[in-house]
Amino acid sequence: MQHRRELAVKLVIGIVRPEKANDVLEALYRAEVRGVSLSRVQGHGGELDRVETYRGTTVQVGLSEKVRFEIAVSDDFVDRTIDALCEGARTGEVGDGKIFVVPLERAVRIRTGEADTAAVTPVGR
Amino acid sequence: MHGLSLAVAAAKVDTGDTAWMLVATALVLMMTPALGLFYAGLVRSKNTLNTFMMSIGAIAVALVTWAAVGYSLAFDGSGSLIGGLHNAFLHDVGFAPRAGMTIPHLVFFAFQTTFCIITVALVSGAVVERMRFGVFLIFAALWSVCVYPVLAHWGFGNGWLMGHGTLDFAGGIAVEMASGFSALAAALVVRHRKDYGRQALLPHNAVYVLLGAGLLWFGWFGFNGGSGFNTGRNSVLAFTNTLLTPACTLVVWFLLDLVRGRKVTAIGAATAIVVGCVAITPAGGFVSPGWAMALGALGALPSYAIIVLRPRTRVDETLDVLAAHGTAGFVGILFIGFFAQRAWNGISDGLVYGNARQLLWQALAALATPAYAFCATFLLLKLLGLATPLRTSEREEAIGMDVTQHGEEAYASGEGAILVTPESGLEGPRPVAQPEPA
Repeated sequence: MQHRRELAVKLVIGIVRPEKANDVLEALYRAEVRGVSLSRVQGHGGELDRVETYRGTTVQVGLSEKVRFEIAVSDDFVDRTIDALCEGARTGEVGDGKIFVVPLERAVRIRTGEADTAAVTPVGR
Repeated sequence: MHGLSLAVAAAKVDTGDTAWMLVATALVLMMTPALGLFYAGLVRSKNTLNTFMMSIGAIAVALVTWAAVGYSLAFDGSGSLIGGLHNAFLHDVGFAPRAGMTIPHLVFFAFQTTFCIITVALVSGAVVERMRFGVFLIFAALWSVCVYPVLAHWGFGNGWLMGHGTLDFAGGIAVEMASGFSALAAALVVRHRKDYGRQALLPHNAVYVLLGAGLLWFGWFGFNGGSGFNTGRNSVLAFTNTLLTPACTLVVWFLLDLVRGRKVTAIGAATAIVVGCVAITPAGGFVSPGWAMALGALGALPSYAIIVLRPRTRVDETLDVLAAHGTAGFVGILFIGFFAQRAWNGISDGLVYGNARQLLWQALAALATPAYAFCATFLLLKLLGLATPLRTSEREEAIGMDVTQHGEEAYASGEGAILVTPESGLEGPRPVAQPEPA
């Protein structure tokens, strides 16, 4: 089935500190980016390990709790989404996280069957 | 029952009284870990252990300072404002009863110890999620010497309030109002959490809160039922009132919840149990069961109001110690002034039964105690704050107090954790709180 598109859709993935997740949500809201998925993940990105001790057992914890944002946006929203992620998530310390942008083959809004840009454009815009 | 002990002639040890007081002491000691559980459920998951550890830390520190000087300052002699040092380091605290009592002095000491401990732990509710753990321990040590013994002396230890006939069965003065108004001062000095008023800071485990409240109620039978130091009428009255009052508070709290939000809340119920237990604490052995039930219903109202209104202010008195303990203790102390009944307590009537003088002395206690607790705690923390920062950095606060203060997590999964053994050749510990320069 052929699919015509006016504007490409990108998936912006932001992996941030859990304690900054609220700041990121606020920044995204201010940037008028509305559709967001969020999941708790564990990861390691070069930050220093933390050492924990439980009775006689000392462990070096290499995986840190992170929050992963997945935001599908049309091309012209990519930059402001990235800016919002950076603004909300940055502390300046190692471990602030990463942002990945990947092209999306297709996006569909389940309720209406709208595709691509229309599918990721919030209702009423 | 702190008011009557001098009237009875020097007695020998009674085995029944002693057996009950040994059990009551253990019950009250259990209330502090129960409070730790209650508080731990009310904070965010990253601060669970730190919050619980403040209660455990209170046991450690306050028990030692109490044995050293606190007990003596509270209970030695009949000075008007503070006791003496004769019983410091348990000097002359042995198997013989104190004047007018039927239990060994050692048991009386042990029972009173558990009261000092839980009062210190209660104050921690105002400063959780941000105060440095080591500094809290120093504060606990200072507070358990400078604040608690003074108020315990006024209310229980033949100080000026008790001497003038103020009635306080189990600690409306030294425990409830002292902790509540100290908590307010502590919250003002330590200031609010960085996310307070910006983000929703929600309780992370309501089951802990309910279980903690249930265990507190259970322990409170020792707290109130033991405060007569025997198995006499006042003790029995206080024991049963400890059953009746919180139930009435619960019912009224449910109704208030229904009227306000159309749903009965679990954390509200846990709070109501504590409020009811607090309200009956001072009045337990002095009011009839009927009035105890009325006290439970009445006591719910001001505490509920403060719990609703306080979060709208900038005062981050985090776990509402003022509302639950300060306010309900205040209500209980005043209630005695109106509804104490000699027919039930054998000591004194309140205003309703023709003795206005009782209300006067209850009111005086209800003014003097908050004033001293607030001012002394405020000063203590201000001075301590000059010597060392009271709270962690914003970064550590964001990461969470469990990892940054204790190097542990309440809900550690072990995923991604590498075992560190002396032979493993890994570099030395690098706590996340003090990373090496990148």
